[in-house]
Amino acid sequence: MPDAVAPQFISVRHRDETAELGMWVFIATEVLLFGGLILGYLVYRHAYPAAFAAASRHTEIVIGTANTAILLTSSFLVAWAVEVFAAETRKICAGLLWAAIVLGMTFIVLKGIEYAGEYREHLVPGIDFNFKANEANGAQLFFVFYFVATAIHALHMLIGIGLLAVMATLTWRSPSTRHRAALHSTALYWHFVDLVWIFLFALIYLPGRSS
Amino acid sequence: MSEDNYLNAGYSLRSWFLTTDHKRIAILYFASLIFFFFIGGAAATMIRIELATPQADLVSSDMYNRLFTMHGIIMVWFFLIPSIPNTLGNFIVPLMIGARDLAFPRLNLLSWYLFMLGGTVTLFAILAGGVDTGWTFYTPFSTLYSNSYVVLAVAGVFIAGFSSILTGLNFIITFHRLRAPGLTWYRLPLFIWSLYATSVILVLATPVLAMTLVLIAVERVLGVGIFDPRIGGDPLLFQHLFWFYSHPAVYIMILPGMGVINELVSCFSRKQVFGYKFVAWASMAIAAVGFLVWGHHMFVSGQSLLASLVFSFMSFIVAVPSAIKVFNWTATLHKGSIHFDAPMLYALAFIGLFTIGGLTGLFLACLAYDVHATDTYFVVAHFHYIMVGGMVTAYFGGLHYWWPKITGRLYSEYWARASAVLIFFGFNLTFFPQFVLGAEGMPRRYHVYPPEFQVWNVLSSGGAVILAVAYLMPMFYLGYSLFFGRRAPANPWNAPGLEWQTPSPPPEHNFDTQPVVTRPPYQYSPDFEAEPQNA
Amino acid sequence: MWREWIPFWHPGVSPHGGDVDLLFVGLLFASALVLGLLFFLLALFCVRYRASNAIDRGHQTSKSWHWEVSWTAASFVCFLALFVWGAVIYFQIYRTPPDELSVFVVAKQWMWKVQHTGGQSEINALHIPISRPIRLVMASQDVIHSFFIPALRLKHDVVPGRYQDLEITAEKPGHYHLFCAEYCGTEHSGMTGEIVAMEAADFAAWLTQQAPSGPLAQEGGALFRELGCSGCHGGGSKVHAPPLEGLYGKPVPLADGSFVTADDKYIRDSILLPRSQIAAGYEPLMPSFEGKVSEDQLLRLVAYIKSIGGQRP
Repeated sequence: MPDAVAPQFISVRHRDETAELGMWVFIATEVLLFGGLILGYLVYRHAYPAAFAAASRHTEIVIGTANTAILLTSSFLVAWAVEVFAAETRKICAGLLWAAIVLGMTFIVLKGIEYAGEYREHLVPGIDFNFKANEANGAQLFFVFYFVATAIHALHMLIGIGLLAVMATLTWRSPSTRHRAALHSTALYWHFVDLVWIFLFALIYLPGRSS
Repeated sequence: MSEDNYLNAGYSLRSWFLTTDHKRIAILYFASLIFFFFIGGAAATMIRIELATPQADLVSSDMYNRLFTMHGIIMVWFFLIPSIPNTLGNFIVPLMIGARDLAFPRLNLLSWYLFMLGGTVTLFAILAGGVDTGWTFYTPFSTLYSNSYVVLAVAGVFIAGFSSILTGLNFIITFHRLRAPGLTWYRLPLFIWSLYATSVILVLATPVLAMTLVLIAVERVLGVGIFDPRIGGDPLLFQHLFWFYSHPAVYIMILPGMGVINELVSCFSRKQVFGYKFVAWASMAIAAVGFLVWGHHMFVSGQSLLASLVFSFMSFIVAVPSAIKVFNWTATLHKGSIHFDAPMLYALAFIGLFTIGGLTGLFLACLAYDVHATDTYFVVAHFHYIMVGGMVTAYFGGLHYWWPKITGRLYSEYWARASAVLIFFGFNLTFFPQFVLGAEGMPRRYHVYPPEFQVWNVLSSGGAVILAVAYLMPMFYLGYSLFFGRRAPANPWNAPGLEWQTPSPPPEHNFDTQPVVTRPPYQYSPDFEAEPQNA
Repeated sequence: MWREWIPFWHPGVSPHGGDVDLLFVGLLFASALVLGLLFFLLALFCVRYRASNAIDRGHQTSKSWHWEVSWTAASFVCFLALFVWGAVIYFQIYRTPPDELSVFVVAKQWMWKVQHTGGQSEINALHIPISRPIRLVMASQDVIHSFFIPALRLKHDVVPGRYQDLEITAEKPGHYHLFCAEYCGTEHSGMTGEIVAMEAADFAAWLTQQAPSGPLAQEGGALFRELGCSGCHGGGSKVHAPPLEGLYGKPVPLADGSFVTADDKYIRDSILLPRSQIAAGYEPLMPSFEGKVSEDQLLRLVAYIKSIGGQRP
């Protein structure tokens, strides 16, 4: 069945390019969303450098690094899937997307394990938070930002996983140019979520660990 | 209606509540906005009645604090910000650029539902007992001390913020991708340029508000301190984050109004807008520089003197493009052929009232005077001159201008002009005394006040009564016109824009044939006949 | 002087009050000029070029950029002048006050508590001598308040978690309104008071007439012992804690190699957040007194430490 184009568009290409531009503008809004949060983090890190470094040393760098590798790999798979999007290779494409989804779910599970560990170590602000009194204030601020930022990021991951699942299903059945554009936009979103994680990784896990 | 148009294209509830037609969505927004305007207006009425006497006689202090908070929250987020963009913008933009709809019609509908959801949550906060933090939610009062429904209110605004973001996104993409053939950027009407600038702010500023609101909620719900000085948090960080959004937000609440004025001044002077390119780029300049002035809300907060210096300077800079616009509109009248229909009365009122508001903004941008005037009624008067004297006036002007196009009916010109004049008079009587009050030192958000301030308060409250009546009048004659007004022709004002080259009301598909643009906007012949953009 | 001839201007009560009022008149004048010109042109064009008026409308201006550049440049120059004018006075208003006569102000929901160094205290009132710069040291017990004296054209927010210095000088005796100008809750509009400016002799008499509980520094000394500070910082202590005699106003070397001046803010932060700035050569042993000591008590402790620092409190 040929792609029918909504009446405000003059061609399939018009529609697809417009959709992709829409995703870019949406990503701009997300940059400002996370940007505001990161700005707050930076202000407090400047005020409490020692406390932030000490608090950062209590984060699980092994999980954090693993998660970074997982996300980078998943982005690679998604980019590969976009490359092989075609009717003949639709199963490979869908398979790659499913693999990326599995990696994404692994990220979420690892994050959950990490959160559980932090809960046990009394590092969750507001729930019996306990840190050596030296730096309790700054550390609490660090962990507030840690939980807020990673929780919001995880929410975006779940949305991204949902979108990838939808695309994987559509691609498996019968890919069309419309689906190609949608996959392109979804991939953009996924890469953005990955990029945000890179920034968060550097700001959360790395301070205080350079020596 | 004899012909097929978007209004009689379907009568079921489903055809309205699941519509993707930008014109119907505009009507949905319009109805919701009238509702919220009444709620915000009711709060204002009670405030002004209370303030007629120095003592507390109408409501308790706690109730008063909830009233001015709800007035601010409702009017800012549930009336002004969506007003022109989501009603006139949604309806007119595709027509004005010769398109069939916006780029993402379903996203447009989602915007409205998110707006309604946010509004419902906020209304629930009001009914449950209200919020008393002021619309600015300053910490640590809002996070640690207020005994009101802060999280609910903040959640309502958060949800409505997504409505704003999607609207802005839709407009930006539409302007880039759906212009009719031949419609280059410099052939776009200035209403579009203004909405483009507005959309940039909607898209870039609102997410920062979203994040700030999340942090307030996290602090209140989980009892963790982000802005709590007792654990080393900084209350001023909240102010920086909040105003980083809220200052650009006030430009969201004036740029669309300026956009409408361009259309009105040119049509009713039968002339192109003087200095088209300057006006177009002035809109963009306001949007850009508007992101760099937020600290002028914090001159007395304890921020560094150097920061205050920079923000004061930038605040003077941002006034320049607005001044350019006012001069250009005035120059447009020169050697025009001026008609004083109701929309033009609103446009002229706008130019005067916005200029007063803008000039008093200079008083506040001026560091030493702001030390005295900030947090007083001087500021209240300043922003009401811009938001009500400016934006609401422009909204009414645009509403009357495009009413025949939207409804297919003509309203009573006599009653429309009478309302416009009464609004102008009532508005000035309400808000000009507040400049005096502020200069004399009456602080804002005061429930009771020293008796020497009473005279000006009584004048202001008296004006408010007149203003309330004046704002109610259009409900009657516009409502009457819906049922009994004369049918409107396609182009009752004889204007050259594309939206006038299709029937009133437009068919669901907007244009029978795709318009092709051959001319710049606002072209009139030497004998003041319109030269349509697609002729 | 020449200023008195200007309409709407009067010399005012504070040293910079006259300057602010002159600025206001200047702004008013510039605004009236612009508004007058605008209304005149609007009226002129509306009458002259109304549709029913058959006059020559030919030769319409097409070249717009001359006009654009002119009025843009004119606006910009005007604005720049106003900016500089306002900035100069602002820096005078907020200059660091000389530390001769200090008064402590604690803002809390919903009152102003004023403490003179001699121990005299007032609620919602502040007695000051005229023609002397007074250094206010302001703190908030809870939320953000704002100290506003319209007659002096002076305002400053009082933010919790920090000390705010503010200089006030009244040139004329009188009673002046004090308002809280930052919304702070239920009784925000009730948080008002008065500034009473008096001749020097009257002020001295007023001071002696109050029933001071004791100079602030003396009360601070008592607190110093009650709260156990002398246990570590006192002479016979076995704990290695920094000595506080002679400390006030001197630079303090910190553990990270930097230096900080031991001013009011440093003293207050050391009591509430002792681990935030560790003095060089000392272990971070001092417990925090956050939540155990109020702003009133803090400023007494600060006054005490200042008094043993060899300075007049």
